[in-house]
Order: sequence, then structure tokens, then C-alpha cells
Amino acid sequence: MSDEEFEPRIIGFCCNWCSYAGADLAGVSRLQYPPNLRVIRVMCSGMVHPNLVIDALTKGADAVIICGCHLGDCHYLEGNVAAENRKEAIDLLLEDFGLEPERFRLEWVSASEGPKFAEVIREMTEEVRALGPSPYRT
Amino acid sequence: MITLTIDNKKVEVEEGTTVLQAAEKLGIKIPTLCHHRSLKPYGSCRVCLVELTGPRGSVIQASCVYPAQEGLIVQTDTERVKKTRRIMLELLLARCPDTPQIKEMAKEYGVEETRFPKKNDDCILCGLCSRVCEERMGVGAVGFVNRGADRKIAVPYDKHSPICIACGACQVVCPTDAVDLSEVTLNKPRPIASEYDMGLVQRSSIYIPFPQAIPKVAVIDRNTCMHFLKDVCKSCENFCQAGAIDYEQEDEIEEVDVGAVVLSPGFEQFDPNLRKELGYSRYPNVLSSLQFERILSASGPYLGEILRPSDEEHPKRIAWIQCVGSREVDRNYCSSVCCMYATKEAIIAKEHQPDLDCTIFFIDMRAFGKGFDAYYERAKDLGVRYVRCYPSSIKEVPATKDLKITYQKDDGEITTEEFNMVVLSTGIRPPFHVHELADKFGVKLNAHGFADTKGFTPVETSEAGVYVCGPFAGPKDIPETVMEASAGAAMAMALLKDERGTLITHKEYPPEKDVAGQEPRIGVFVCHCGRNIGGYADVPSVVEYAKTLPNVVYAEDNLYTCSTDTQQKITELIAEHDLNRVVVASCSPRTHEPLFRNTCREAGLNEYLFEMANIRDQCTWVHMNEPEEATRKSKDLVRMAVAKARLLEPLFKGSLKVVNEALVIGGGLAGMTAALNLADQGFKVHLVEKDKELGGNFRHIHSLLSGEAPQQKLAEIVERVNSHPNIDLYLEGKVCEVEGSVGNFKSTIRQNGTETEVRHGIAIIAAGAGEYEPTEYLYGKDSRVITQRDLEEGIAENNPELEKIKSVVMIQCVGSREKERPYCSRICCQQAIKNAIALKKRRPDIEVCVLYRDVRAYGFLEEHYRTARELGVRFIRYDENQKPEVSSTDSGLKVSTVDPILNAAVNIDCDLLVLAPAIVPNEDVDEVGKLFKIPLNQDKFFLEAHMKLRPVDFATDGVFMCGLAHCPKSVAESIAQAEAAAARAATILSKDEIEIDATISEVVDANCDGCAYCIDPCPYSALTLLEYMYKGSIKKTVERDGALCKGCGVCQATCPKKGIFIRSFKLEQIGAMVDAALE
Repeated sequence: MSDEEFEPRIIGFCCNWCSYAGADLAGVSRLQYPPNLRVIRVMCSGMVHPNLVIDALTKGADAVIICGCHLGDCHYLEGNVAAENRKEAIDLLLEDFGLEPERFRLEWVSASEGPKFAEVIREMTEEVRALGPSPYRT
Repeated sequence: MITLTIDNKKVEVEEGTTVLQAAEKLGIKIPTLCHHRSLKPYGSCRVCLVELTGPRGSVIQASCVYPAQEGLIVQTDTERVKKTRRIMLELLLARCPDTPQIKEMAKEYGVEETRFPKKNDDCILCGLCSRVCEERMGVGAVGFVNRGADRKIAVPYDKHSPICIACGACQVVCPTDAVDLSEVTLNKPRPIASEYDMGLVQRSSIYIPFPQAIPKVAVIDRNTCMHFLKDVCKSCENFCQAGAIDYEQEDEIEEVDVGAVVLSPGFEQFDPNLRKELGYSRYPNVLSSLQFERILSASGPYLGEILRPSDEEHPKRIAWIQCVGSREVDRNYCSSVCCMYATKEAIIAKEHQPDLDCTIFFIDMRAFGKGFDAYYERAKDLGVRYVRCYPSSIKEVPATKDLKITYQKDDGEITTEEFNMVVLSTGIRPPFHVHELADKFGVKLNAHGFADTKGFTPVETSEAGVYVCGPFAGPKDIPETVMEASAGAAMAMALLKDERGTLITHKEYPPEKDVAGQEPRIGVFVCHCGRNIGGYADVPSVVEYAKTLPNVVYAEDNLYTCSTDTQQKITELIAEHDLNRVVVASCSPRTHEPLFRNTCREAGLNEYLFEMANIRDQCTWVHMNEPEEATRKSKDLVRMAVAKARLLEPLFKGSLKVVNEALVIGGGLAGMTAALNLADQGFKVHLVEKDKELGGNFRHIHSLLSGEAPQQKLAEIVERVNSHPNIDLYLEGKVCEVEGSVGNFKSTIRQNGTETEVRHGIAIIAAGAGEYEPTEYLYGKDSRVITQRDLEEGIAENNPELEKIKSVVMIQCVGSREKERPYCSRICCQQAIKNAIALKKRRPDIEVCVLYRDVRAYGFLEEHYRTARELGVRFIRYDENQKPEVSSTDSGLKVSTVDPILNAAVNIDCDLLVLAPAIVPNEDVDEVGKLFKIPLNQDKFFLEAHMKLRPVDFATDGVFMCGLAHCPKSVAESIAQAEAAAARAATILSKDEIEIDATISEVVDANCDGCAYCIDPCPYSALTLLEYMYKGSIKKTVERDGALCKGCGVCQATCPKKGIFIRSFKLEQIGAMVDAALE
């Protein structure tokens, strides 16, 4: 695959209460971002098992992003704190699997941060594009 | 109807349709500059050229004016089309070489330079401005003049037009931003300021008020809409494909019969224009605090970037000026919230821009609420500078638009500083038209125009059955507003207890069909959403694709899947095709999932057998310029939804019987108030008081600043509690054991050596607080040093000793706002003011001096603060690092302090020293916390579920709190919170059963080995470890309490063995979506 042809495939887990709503707001505001993201709605960022992230990356996703409410704003009190704690574990797993740390991100996006959501996705797409395809991508 | 072919796709249109419109219907984008949906086709820009193929070969034509004809074959993207468009763009570029819109469009076609002589104009002569003015506005203020090369758009005689109505339509439609309305009209243009963005940006006459509006639909502002003002325009209806614009809509008057009314009209911001010396409206970089809130907001005018209005540059130095419109001669009250919001704004601003220099000019830092002082300290640690001075005016530096503030420094020196931006902390004033509202309901207002409420009835008005809440009854913060809102509901519920539930009608659904064991039969419905989806993605191809997916037995597209007729059709199709899973690909499940779930239920299908693919908000709307990618992504999203749908299982909401009885812990003012309200609502209450008698701290309160008599009130309440048939009182009682959860608690109350077991559906913690016993200022060593409470008692009892006193010194913040207790005890300032006034009124010759750190006389207490000063009470500030010193002499006491204003030592001889000790949590709070698994904050006050929005709830369902156990508060505030707790409790007690959400966790016993990793992270304490004998050995597993679980899924993500999952969000289900996405 030549570099020009490479289009990153990014899986996004967005919490229902803040980030999924923020992603919707990006749409309502018609903010354009690259079409490389596939969002999976989860109830809380703290619901995403590290295995889901690693599975996605080893099955050919070029990057995974988890988006949740800002700390202190979690609909479930502190599910996002659990997500933040897990990030460390996921980062270590990435290392074990020989994946660059940039392939996983945890971001806080509130329901009113449509612009931030679009910006984060733009930025991440470009970053992963520069990084090239995941070694697990066939 | 006519059928034609555009880019090899057939389309059927009505006679009279143009080729451009037909292409639009297919979602084919043809560039144009002069076409406007609400104007007649014109054909001037020639960019929309297409190739028409007929029997006599092909011709190039402008699609915007060429009528669709039967059998016409149109190509929009051939080389010939592109080449011709390129020439057109080159010509336009020659005319307008520097117009960004033209340059951009030309660039898209690869035209960077023009070969024609340049004209350096910015008008492309498309005539949109003159056409809209003539056709839509019926004015004709501008038009074409001259011929040939001199042709241009102009106002007759090149003068400002007297007939122009300054509607601005010409400016809006111009594709190259070439119209300057001020050059056209003699009339004054009236830009419409966006109310939501506090006038920082403009809005149109038809608009969605704000991003989170509910319902999220556009409204027409009849005061600015040209159609309503001049009977012209009506352009918007040509843009709304749903045909939702209805100019005939009228206001409707509906009459409802109600037994109670809760008034919550909110507040208005003080108009800073009234303080001319501060330069608001005159200087662009002087903003109101609400404007600055908008600037901080991600959805605000600068998308969350801190920019100043004059030049949209990042400010480096911002100043806040407190008390703008508060604590003034005319507005003799404190707005209560500005100290904290200014602090918050400064902290957030520094989060956005860490090097920002933030200065807050204030009089007293009124950080009196729960956690406020700690927040204030944090702001100082972050580098926010607080200057105790009220600057008298602001001056602009004309060249830089910076602002000069002159003020007096702590050491008395006068200095001037420049800031890039100034925020005025504008106060709270009553809502507009408040007198009309008050008259309508017969509600009395106080001198400031807020609702007049009394100390013991904080949400009641002068009119029975009319309640108030929020800032309408005086300035207040969010948690107090929320408490009062619930309190208002509690009062209404007690009043209307016999009518409860009488207006409810239940909807009937057909019985659910059993789908267990059936192979999934999925129906996919793909929505065009008018053009919102269909205009960008190829919906028919998404449908065709969906049909190829496994288990999909039916797929179709709908113009609007959410319309009532489509809902009916889906219900029929579910039956016809025996569908047992439904996927809708349309908008966001956050808005439309409930609707489609209901459709499933109407068809006898379990509502959880439904899945949505968000191909609008998260696809076509964000990829509007990439139709192919939008189509591909839509297909992916449908495939992912179908993958999950295959694994969906029918789920059923559980239910729990509710014990309609309450347990209230604490028989002080708060506990009794909550118990009485619940009892009045008809619920049985078990009230447990550890003391021999009721009343708690309220027994020590003998007067109130608002004038009521507390001891008389106490006697009345105690009598009501004792005689209320619904209250069981346990004096000298203690709750020693608690089991169960919301709806079904079982508690053991120990009283006089006997134990009673009570069952209850909810619990209210009103465990109160105590008073700090000072170790400082000779307290306990010299009998002339007493507490405010002692003094109050002495005044109430007419203690003859007080008659001999000539001079009294009061010291505030004894034990509060210290390292060990970094919180404000909130009520001490008012207590000191109250007692000082009482002393002065009895004996005007007595000297009273209050040594304070900040006088926290918030809200209407400010009036009493002024009264005290008018009566001659002296207030001298002391610094926390230079505390007063007290020594005892034979003749009296000597208090030495340093007055920071005079910067000099002050010695006061007095014969009575009154201390204001801190409010401290009771010693048994840990025990109570453990019983109900409810948390305490670091100061050992109970921690609510949310500091702002859920101030009486715990994260644990069914447990509520009120009174001093929550944080220090006044009598009225305790009563409001107690009523609020009762209202919150009644939301559970008023039901016979509580519904348990279906999408909660479920333990897989076979996988769970009882490692208990999931138990601690559960935010709701919904999981417990169980051990039982199984086949002769100990088996460990986890049990989930359905009444407590909220389905957050932290357990699922923590479990290493797939021993617990969230229904509808199982790892397998999410994993299937991941796999589908990567296919």
C-alpha cells in the first residue's frame, strides 16, 4: 500500500451523555472532519474494556479513541476516572503489541464541545495518517 | 411528471422544474453563484453549465434556467462541462481577481490564474441583490445601471436610498460579500443581536435559540422578521424541505386547572449601562460576566478561545470588577453569586490560557457556600490576584483599546494599571415585568422587587398555593435554586396529596411476541431526512447494500423515517415480514431512539430489539463535501448496526415493590420539617432523634434578622410532630443497622435498650452538626469571653449582666477558614450582625466592634449589615496572618488588632468578648455514613451526588439529606433543603413499584470466580460478594442489586473473565460492531 492511498481507520467509543452528544453537535453545527472515524456509542467511557481497544487495533484498526465526559461531569459519577486509570494499562498493552502510543487516545469532550470533537478527530486522523497503517492491518 | 436522466440516474420531476432542481433532488451538486432557491432562475453566472445530449448531438446549457424535459439526458461532470466551467471561472476571476469565494471555486477547477485582463471588482453582476430586493422585499432599492463594460449594481443616482428598508437581504444573498448595507441605505441598519451569545454575535430572524434548545426547532422572531413587519420575503419557506414553516401560526391560549402554582421566572442581569463610569457599551473590551461566560464556552462566539472583541486577539491581562449593580444605595443587597463566578471564570480562563494574568477587584470575598473557600484558595494558588478595592471608573486607551484602572493598593498607594479586557461582575436583579406577574398571582414583592418570602416559609408567598423558587425569591446559587425547586414541589405535593396520580393515563400496547430461539430477521429503514442525508449520501445504494447483509430480510428508504405515516408503515412491515429486529439508519439515537422503540412496541416487538445507525449527525452533516465517503461511511454504520442487532436480546424492565414509609434520622429543624412534609403528603415516617427532646440546634436560636420568633415556631413544630398520626417518634433513639436498598430498606432502631425493626422505602439524613469549642482568645479561661450563641441566649433572657456592659468586641471566623477547617461556617456573620443590632437597639450607647475577615452578608443580609453600621456598630477587618490578640485585665479585656486600611495597631478595651465559633460535623457522621454507604467530604460533611444539580441526593438511590449535616446553613436554607429532601423522597414513596431499567449489569455465574475486582469501582455500591456452598465446596460470586445499578458498565470493563456484562452493551455486541467496522 503506498502512502498516498492510506486512509486511516479509526474506531471511536463515545459515551452517550457527553461525547456522543458532542459528536452530534459537530454535525448539527455542520463542522466538517475527515470520514475516517467509526463511532460506537457506549453508555460510559468507563464501560470500554481494554480488550476491546486491543482487539480493534490487532484486527486492523489504525487507531482507537475513547471519548468521555470531562472529569467531574460523568453521568455515572466517576466512570471516566475508571477510563482514565485504564489508559495506563492500555498504553502498556500497546507497547507489548508493538503499537505506537499515538494509536490510542482518551479525550474528554462535553455535549457542548462540537468544535472540539471535530478538531480532535481532524488532528488524530492526520496524526495517524502520518504514522502509517497499523502493523496488524492486512 | 417528467422523467429525465442525470449522470446516468433517472429522476422524476414535476413539469416546470429546472435541470438544476432535478439534479438537486438526486443529490448531485452543481456549482452556481447566481441561483437562489427563493428567487426566479436567472442564469447570469454561467457556472452551472451542464451537457445535454439529444438526437442532434450535445449542447452546453445553464442548468439553472433550462427546463427539465421528458427523456432528457444530462451530464454534469464531463470533460467538456469542466472545460467550459473553467473558462467561465477564468472570466469571473478576471473580473474579481481578489474575491476569496471566486478564487476558491476557481481553484477547485484547477484555475489559479486568468488569461484575461483583470478588472479588480468584487461584484460578479449576478443580480442576486437587486432580485431579492425586488422579488422578495418588493422594494427595488438597488438595480443595474449602465451598459456593457460599465454595467454595475447601484442605488439610483449613486446616493443612499431613501426607500431601502435596511433589511439586509442584499448583503446576505451576495455570493462575494460585495454589498455594504451602510453604502446602500439612508435608514439605519438594525443588526439583530444574539440573545444567547449576549449580543457578542448576531443572529437571523429565523433561528434555533441555542444549541441545546428543547425542542430543537427554529423559531421566527416576529419583531424582526420582514414578513411579519412588512408582509414581504417568505424566503425561508423555500429552504425548508419538510415544509415546516407556517407563517399563519398564532399564539394559543390554553386553560389548565391547577391546584398549586410554582413561580420560577428567574432573574435578569443588572444592566451595566447604568454604571456609565465603567464604560460598558462604550469600550468594546469591557464585558459583562455573562458575555465572558459565552466567550469561555466551546459553543460561544469564539468557540471557546479567549479573545477580546475589539481585535479578536488573546488578552494577556484581564480584570474583574465585583459588585457591579450590587451592594449599592439603590440596590442594597448582595447578589450572592458573583464572587464565586468571577473566581470560576478566572480559573477557567487560566485553564484555557495558563499565562493569563487575572485580577479580581472586590470588596468582601463572599465564598460562603459549601467548598467555596477551598475553591477561592485554589484560585489564589493558581495565581489569580485578588485586590480589595472597588475601582471607581475605567478609562480606555484609545490606541490599543486597553483599559486603565486606578485603584488604591493595600498599603494605601494609588496606582494605575492597564488591562486588555475588563469583566464586570454584574449583579442579579428581579425579572422584567415582575410586577405584572406578581399582580396576576397576588404575590407580594419585597422592596427590591423579589418575591417576599419569610424565614420559616422560604418557598411560600403571600398567596396560599402559590410557591416560588430560585432567584425570584432573592439572589442565589444553583444548588440553593435546585433545593428550592424541590421544596416548591414538596409544598405543592402536600397541598394536593389527594389528587396525586389522578391525571395519569396509561398507554396500552399489544402483547409482545416471543422471539426466543428465532433466527434474526432484520428490517433496515434508511432515512433521507429530506435532503439532510439523501442530499449527500446515496441512500438507495445504502438500502441495496443493507439487503446484502446477513439476516437482513427487508430494507427500504423513507423520505422521513420519523414521520407518523412511516411509523405506521414500519409497524405493518414488522408484521408482514415477521421482523424480529429493527435497524433505523437516520439521525441520533439520543433524540430518536425512544420514538422508534415505541414503534417496535406498537408492533408487538420488544423495544430492545432495536438499533440505530447515526448516518446524519455523525455522517452526512460532517462530510457534506464528500458524497462518496459519506455513502461509504453510511454503509459501514448500517453494517455495524446490523451486526449488533443480530446479537440483541429482548429485555424486560424489572420492578420492585416500594415500602411507602420513610426513615428520618435527626429531629432538629431540618429532620422535623422533612418528616412533617412527608407525613402531610400521607406517608408514614419513622423519626429518630438521639437526644431526649426535639429541636437540635434550633433550640438555641432566639431571634432572626427577618423578624420571626424561633422559639414559638419550635414549639409549634414539636407539637405537630408529636401529634401527627403519620409520625412515629423515637427519642433517644439510634439507628444501629441498615439493610436493603431503595424502596426496601430494613433498619434497626435502638431505643432505651429495646430494638425495633422498621421497613422503609427511603431514608433522609438530617443528622445535624455541632459547635466548635474555641481554644483561642481566652475562651473557657475568662468568663467574659463567650460565644454568639451564649450572647443570643443572654439577650433573649434579658440577662441583667448585659445591662452593665459598655463595650463589646466580636471576633469572627473562630475555627472557620483555618487549616483544620478550611470552610466558611456561613451563618456567623449574620449572627454577629443580628446580635450587634439587638445590643445597639437595646442600648444605643453600647460600643460594639466586629473584627472580621470578610463580611459575608449575602443576599438581603446586606441590608442588615448596613443597618448595623448605621446604628454605630464598628466593623474592623483583620488579616488571617495577623489575628487579634486578647489579654485579660482586672478592669476588663483588651483586644489588639491591626487595621489593614489604616495599617495601624488598634487596641480596644471591652468588657465582653463574643466569639463566632465554627460549625463542626457531629462525631457520629462516620457511623451514619457507613450504615447507608454514603460518603463524606474532607470536612466530614455529607457529600451529595452532585454539588450543583443534586444537592439533597446521594449517589446511592433512596437516601437523601438536609440541614447542617450537608454544610453550614441558615434556618430558612435548612427548611428549604428539608422540604426538598421530602420532595425527592416522595418521588419514590409515591410509587407502588419502582421500575428497574433493563439495560443494567448482569452477572454470569459460570464465569465469575468472585475475584471482586468489580466491587470497589462500582460508583453505586450495587455489587456485593457472595459466598455459598456449591457441590461441597465454597463458590464465590458477585450479586448485583438491581435497584442500585445504573448500567454504567465500569464492572464490565474491569472484569478479567467476562463475569459481568451490561445488557445491550455486552462485550460481544460491542465487539461485533468493531469487527463490522473493520470488515
